[in-house]
Amino acid sequence: MNMNDTLISEPLEPQEMSTPVNRPVEDAGAQSAKVEEGKTVGKPFADDPKFKLRNVEVFYGQERAIKNVSLDIGRNEVIAFIGPSGCGKSTFLRCLNRMNDSIDICRVKGQLMLDDEDIYHSKKDVVELRARVGMVFQKPNPFPKSIYDNVAYGPRIHGLANRKSELDDIVEDSLRKAGLWNEAKDRLHSIATGMSGGQQQRLCIARAIAVSPEVVLMDEPCSALDPIATAKVEELISELSESYTIIIVTHSMQQAARVSSRTAYFHLGHLVEVNETSKVFTSPEHELTESYITGRFG
Amino acid sequence: MKKDNNSVYGGHTSHEFNEDLASLNADFLKMGYMVRDQLTNAIAALMDGDGFRADEVRNNDKIVDKLELEIDDEAVRIIARRQPAAIDLRLVIAVMKMVADLERVGDEAKKIAKSALALSEEGQAPRGYVEVRHISNHVLEMLNDALDAFARLDSELALRVMKEDKIVDEEYKAATRSLLTFMMEDTRNISRCMSVMWVLRALERVGDHACNISEHVIFMVEGEDIRHTPVEDTEKLVGR
Repeated sequence: MNMNDTLISEPLEPQEMSTPVNRPVEDAGAQSAKVEEGKTVGKPFADDPKFKLRNVEVFYGQERAIKNVSLDIGRNEVIAFIGPSGCGKSTFLRCLNRMNDSIDICRVKGQLMLDDEDIYHSKKDVVELRARVGMVFQKPNPFPKSIYDNVAYGPRIHGLANRKSELDDIVEDSLRKAGLWNEAKDRLHSIATGMSGGQQQRLCIARAIAVSPEVVLMDEPCSALDPIATAKVEELISELSESYTIIIVTHSMQQAARVSSRTAYFHLGHLVEVNETSKVFTSPEHELTESYITGRFG
Repeated sequence: MKKDNNSVYGGHTSHEFNEDLASLNADFLKMGYMVRDQLTNAIAALMDGDGFRADEVRNNDKIVDKLELEIDDEAVRIIARRQPAAIDLRLVIAVMKMVADLERVGDEAKKIAKSALALSEEGQAPRGYVEVRHISNHVLEMLNDALDAFARLDSELALRVMKEDKIVDEEYKAATRSLLTFMMEDTRNISRCMSVMWVLRALERVGDHACNISEHVIFMVEGEDIRHTPVEDTEKLVGR
């Protein structure tokens, strides 16, 4: 793995990557409600979407992990993907900047358009795509370098700065946006891994936004953080949503309720319901959504 | 729509959560039936001129007030500890609001008991009691149905209660008119007729509270707040 990959990919954890479909969804079969394939209740579509996704299917070998999912993701919205373990929400998220390319047995079908460009087109430059669609992972994964170099890494390899002063500006601006400047400005050249978990995660967000992406994908960004660090990251998400489209996968339903404007509920590879977050958490349309958010599964 | 009781008070992964919601439900109904009995006793005290029974109603109002505080406290605790969502959240919020209506019904029962005491001390031939009996039967049935609608999660029954309220309002107007006639016939009736008028007014208010409770039941079951919307829209919602 070269450093270029590391910028946007988390360290591969084989057991996590290769078997997501084999994880059981506990007790889901006991529910009387059924999902109809390709049928999503609520409001999955938007006018003038950032991402237009149609009939998306993802296979791991023979196993179909995502089943005929169609969804629009609006500009500058925060949308949360929720659902039980193994429902496909992370798999679906990873399609959006082609993170699944690195898994040999994974195939993606359907139409995935970012601003009317097919992101799975054979001539599509994946590095450019990942600069436009950044990603933040569950565990903070800073490079074992200085704070400054972590943030400056992306702009350097993408040639976004011509002079040292420009690079300094990008680093400061990114750290400010990530709410980390005051804590980091006096120790920019000390090693990033010496920071606290919450600071490291905000550093990863600063690193992701340093290349001026249009979309930021977040895969359970707070699950390794304490409540105060979580609150800071959530605050950051709502600030960032003014200029970026944010898609967040989370296991914390309260977090989805707090940060997102729309919520999408996945179940066994189906997209069951998409609605305004306030609607989902007060009166969801689908029985399965209700069972899940009220804690009635397994 | 009718929801299955088990689907609301059961099925959580957390058994304690199931128990919390079930006990909230039980306590609310306990308060509801207690308030209903208060009202029944107040009316009976009035009809029979039974001062002793009227006193009992006035004393029991303290228990009703205490239940209100306990249920509110329970609801707040559930919100703080469980962060309920969807149907669970609607249940807790609806109970908190309905409890306020029940407490007011309790107050109306107390007012009626007070009038019953005053009237029994005067001890004259009753005027307007036919109207009181009629309206009180009607609003007691509404209150009963509203509580049943909550117990069975039955929004159709709740809607029927809301429709009944229009009829009670008409009956109240008619009763007021006939009491006015008695007062005009003989001015010595005025004091007594005014007491009966207050009773009628209290009963009419009970009908309104039964109606409010029904609105919250519909919110709970259907997930939509139907206050201040035309009844036809509610019919469409409930009948779908």
